[in-house]
Amino acid sequence: MSRKAAIVATRIAVIVAAILALELLCRAKIISPLTLIPPSEMASALWELITSGKIRDDIVQTFTTVALAFVLSVAAGFTLGVVIHALPRVRRALDPLLASYYSIPFFVFYPLLIALFGLNTVPLIVIGLVFATAAMVIATLNGLDRVPRVMTKTARILRLSPARAVLTVTLPAAAPYLFTGLKLALAYSFIGVIAGEFILSGGGLGFSIAYAYNNFDSETMYALMMFVLVIVTIVNGVLHVLEQRMLARRAGR
Amino acid sequence: MNVAVAQVGGRESAPQAAAHARLRGVTRVFGGKLPVHALGPLDLDLARGEFFSVVGPSGCGKSTLMDLIAGLNPPTEGSITFEDRAVAGEVPDGIGAVFQEDASFPWLTVRDNIAFGLRRSGVDAAETRRRVDYVIGFMGLKDFTNAYPAQLSGGMRQRVCIARTLVLQPRLILLDEPFGALDQQTRLLMGDELLRLWRETGATVMLITHALDEAAMLSDRVGVMSSRPGRFIETITTGWPRERDSNIVADTAFGAVTARLWSLLRGESLKAIGAKDAR
Repeated sequence: MSRKAAIVATRIAVIVAAILALELLCRAKIISPLTLIPPSEMASALWELITSGKIRDDIVQTFTTVALAFVLSVAAGFTLGVVIHALPRVRRALDPLLASYYSIPFFVFYPLLIALFGLNTVPLIVIGLVFATAAMVIATLNGLDRVPRVMTKTARILRLSPARAVLTVTLPAAAPYLFTGLKLALAYSFIGVIAGEFILSGGGLGFSIAYAYNNFDSETMYALMMFVLVIVTIVNGVLHVLEQRMLARRAGR
Repeated sequence: MNVAVAQVGGRESAPQAAAHARLRGVTRVFGGKLPVHALGPLDLDLARGEFFSVVGPSGCGKSTLMDLIAGLNPPTEGSITFEDRAVAGEVPDGIGAVFQEDASFPWLTVRDNIAFGLRRSGVDAAETRRRVDYVIGFMGLKDFTNAYPAQLSGGMRQRVCIARTLVLQPRLILLDEPFGALDQQTRLLMGDELLRLWRETGATVMLITHALDEAAMLSDRVGVMSSRPGRFIETITTGWPRERDSNIVADTAFGAVTARLWSLLRGESLKAIGAKDAR
């Protein structure tokens, strides 16, 4: 087995062992069934929820909201990053604010957003956006800082127009850092939206999890939690593979 | 080797009738709270097709000079012309440049790196292919066309950068310590390559280097710069034949040229590092 395969095998073994351990602890009633149900029951409950079509609307709502928050935060974060990078004075003023951005508990503003926009998906998109944008701004600034000066010089020697230089030299050179921004923005969009749904909303996966919790419906609650976990893991896995492929090429592997 | 006796110590040779690039009274001052007078005033005539090197102590403004000629920065005072047209803070057509730092694009293969400038200059696909293939062969990169820069050594990456410049068929090639990061043996061999491409392309070459032997070996003329603000204190004509290579280091005249360069530079270098009893 190659070293890489061994690492992947170890990773999978750890996850499988944890699930098996949980299954055994639950089956042996060491963990009370009122607290946690065995993973196998979560999976079968989830299967039923999906096939019955009961959570279809929730899935559609949550993923549409997350997707909108993600796309908007990446666009806004990238644009702001480029603009701030071009204005060093503005940047000096904003730097401490960006650095302390994530110490703000944004969810305290959530009720205000509902008052402003009403009980629909807009406050959720806004909270996801507010939560994720700064990560993209910081990643963009970081990426642009690290474009070697010799590359921008080369773009000028090759007589590229400023727009073309940005598209064909600056952006590809900054790509690894921008990719980190994408990954963070996605994670923050998920957190913002699902947590928002959890607090107050009329639908979505977060809402359904909270609803099941309030009604002592452990099966549905854990099934939905498992669903969210699996989806987030898959999406992150895909991004990870894409990122590794890009980095491997640049590292000459 | 049959080498004409080097005209060591000669003042700047008589200006050529049609200078390829011409600098008159050029200075460069970097602004800010404490302005730094980096360069000049200086005059320079690069003859069409000559190999001109610039040596000087660290921080004397060699790279600044190159940026000015390339049109990357405007001079504070004075005028620069390339092929009788003013260079004014914009890179003119026909100038190529290679820098000391690795400027190969890590996200592109060797072939795509080399074709990069051509694809963006409106040259059609067939012509691009032909020119890229030629340059790949010329620079000895045939076995690496589909490799990414990270898979290559520093010397090979620098070849890619030179190839990317050559494929655009520049008439003036500016080289800012392109081999500065390479080991001595590789430098000598790259020097041979440089002479070969200079002969074949007929381009004018201006090489900035801190290696005196490199300047002495490669150049028709070597401009020696003073410490900051850099001016030309002397221009030495080597008198080498056009057909030459690194074997010239065995020639007695080579030693004389190198020694002359060092005797001119020693005092300036001492000044540059802040020694009190310079000279």
